[in-house]
Amino acid sequence: MSSKLTVVVVEEDRDRALAIVDALKNATDCDVFVIGNSSALARRIAAHEPDIVLIDIDNPTRDMLEELTLASGPLERPVAMFVSGAAGGLAQMAIEAGVSAYVVDGLAPQRIKPVMDTAIARFGMVRQMRTELAETRRALEERKVIDRAKGLLIKARGIDEDTAYAMLRKTAMDQGRRVAEVAEALVTASGLLR
Amino acid sequence: MKTVALPVAYMPLVDAAPLIMAQEMGFAATEGIALDLVAAPSWSSVRDMLAFGRVDAAHMLSPVPVAMAMGLGGVSTRLAAVSVLSANGNVIGVGSEIEQRLRDAGHGFDFADPVGAAEALAGVSDGPLTFGVPFPFSMHVELLRYWAEATPLGEQGVEIRTVPPPLMADALASGDVDAFCVGEPWGSVAVDNAVGALLLPGQVIWNFAPEKVLAVRADWAETEPDLLGRLMRAVWQAGRWLSRPESRTTAGEILSRREYLDVSPELIDRALTGLLTVTSRGEQRQVETFVEFHRGAATFPWRSQAKWIAHRLGKTHNVVVNGTLDAPASVFRSDLHRRHLGNTGVDLPGASAKVEGAIRRATPVASARGGLTLVPDSFFDGRIFDPSEH
Repeated sequence: MSSKLTVVVVEEDRDRALAIVDALKNATDCDVFVIGNSSALARRIAAHEPDIVLIDIDNPTRDMLEELTLASGPLERPVAMFVSGAAGGLAQMAIEAGVSAYVVDGLAPQRIKPVMDTAIARFGMVRQMRTELAETRRALEERKVIDRAKGLLIKARGIDEDTAYAMLRKTAMDQGRRVAEVAEALVTASGLLR
Repeated sequence: MKTVALPVAYMPLVDAAPLIMAQEMGFAATEGIALDLVAAPSWSSVRDMLAFGRVDAAHMLSPVPVAMAMGLGGVSTRLAAVSVLSANGNVIGVGSEIEQRLRDAGHGFDFADPVGAAEALAGVSDGPLTFGVPFPFSMHVELLRYWAEATPLGEQGVEIRTVPPPLMADALASGDVDAFCVGEPWGSVAVDNAVGALLLPGQVIWNFAPEKVLAVRADWAETEPDLLGRLMRAVWQAGRWLSRPESRTTAGEILSRREYLDVSPELIDRALTGLLTVTSRGEQRQVETFVEFHRGAATFPWRSQAKWIAHRLGKTHNVVVNGTLDAPASVFRSDLHRRHLGNTGVDLPGASAKVEGAIRRATPVASARGGLTLVPDSFFDGRIFDPSEH
């Protein structure tokens, strides 16, 4: 085996995959191949004869990698295994971070570690960015719907904006719901009545 | 009683119903627990979440804990299968291309005759057939292999490939697989999307195959006996409730919700009622008890069932076994099942192992309360599996 590691990353999202590739290349000297989700995943991975396969733990195609752990013919390789046993702590960490690694049998843990660390950090960062983006988008959408509900109330009852908002807030408090939910219900109902 | 939250992983399938219903119908609450149900994206993920302690219990393919005890697959944490969640409930189907060829050859899609179906399949294929299954360690694989061995399909050659059910349609279209064996609702989804037709229900190969188990970590079972007992009782109650015909509509509606299976209740009803639509032309076939949650001591984890699985896994994966298969068979914890359900009015069998395949018709057996009838568990080829010989 050459000293250079061959890493296959299974990732459908192009940006996410590129981010991982860049990070891995900066961290260690390795060849990285990216494969998207495909029904022939196991065969396409095997073709690269990788030392390590990295896949997001939430990826539904993970089950196809289980087959790799069973392939035993020396040419069919890789005989892959989940990081466990000696590297148990690492596996735990990987699971927390949302990554699992399938590693070819016999590879020294100290060689895997930098790759894993990098991938974990990168997966974590991308996830955090996504969560932030989703939060921001949700907040924006909620504000828009509240504005529309306020507008409807202003028009229907001839009141000012502050009074309209106070009405929404009071209704929400009385019903134990969020202002955005009450606003949403109002917008939907008025759409139906129109 | 203070309610204890218990994280439980499951795959969104019809046979996750005992866990979902235990929570939704209040059986868990009665036991003072709340099931925090975590839908998993893959079976590997279910196994890892349980093995590494993210959850305390899981809906699991019955061969997985046995395989782990035999050192197959990557993870080796010792698991305990404390109850069987369901028997049967799989379907074998073919892609549209083979469906057409079968039709041209006059096959009637009777959804009943495993030998006839195998002969018909062998007749229309000119080489090995590739079957897609959800996971390498699954009853799907074992049923397919057993079926192929004793029919002309075996001479033709059968290849088995793991394909996650949501990708099965793609795999059929691209020719990666010719046929499939999956759990519901995925067979019905394939029919409704006109990518395939259903050939056989799993139980025509083995009448009473343990399909999914309730699995926990073996050490957790020892340290948390009280919680385990509560969980097992809640799930057993849910299984009994599910076995009543009048529960089906409610069960279908709840399972269909977005947070669970997220498919139409009509699709789920097919598995629960056993009235399956087998082709995209709308042809229907009635199966008596397509999936069993309760009857015939369905929840009892027979050591002999685990031993049959271990025997089959050992053959396929060339596992060298020194002595008997008692060790891998002991992951089916009939002892814990007795300990936690024995004194709660559940009628349990007197024995913990049976000769698999020997019950040809409903048979009353010795049991704790004397009212237990076991249902047929025969194999389609009439063979039996005597656990004392392995």
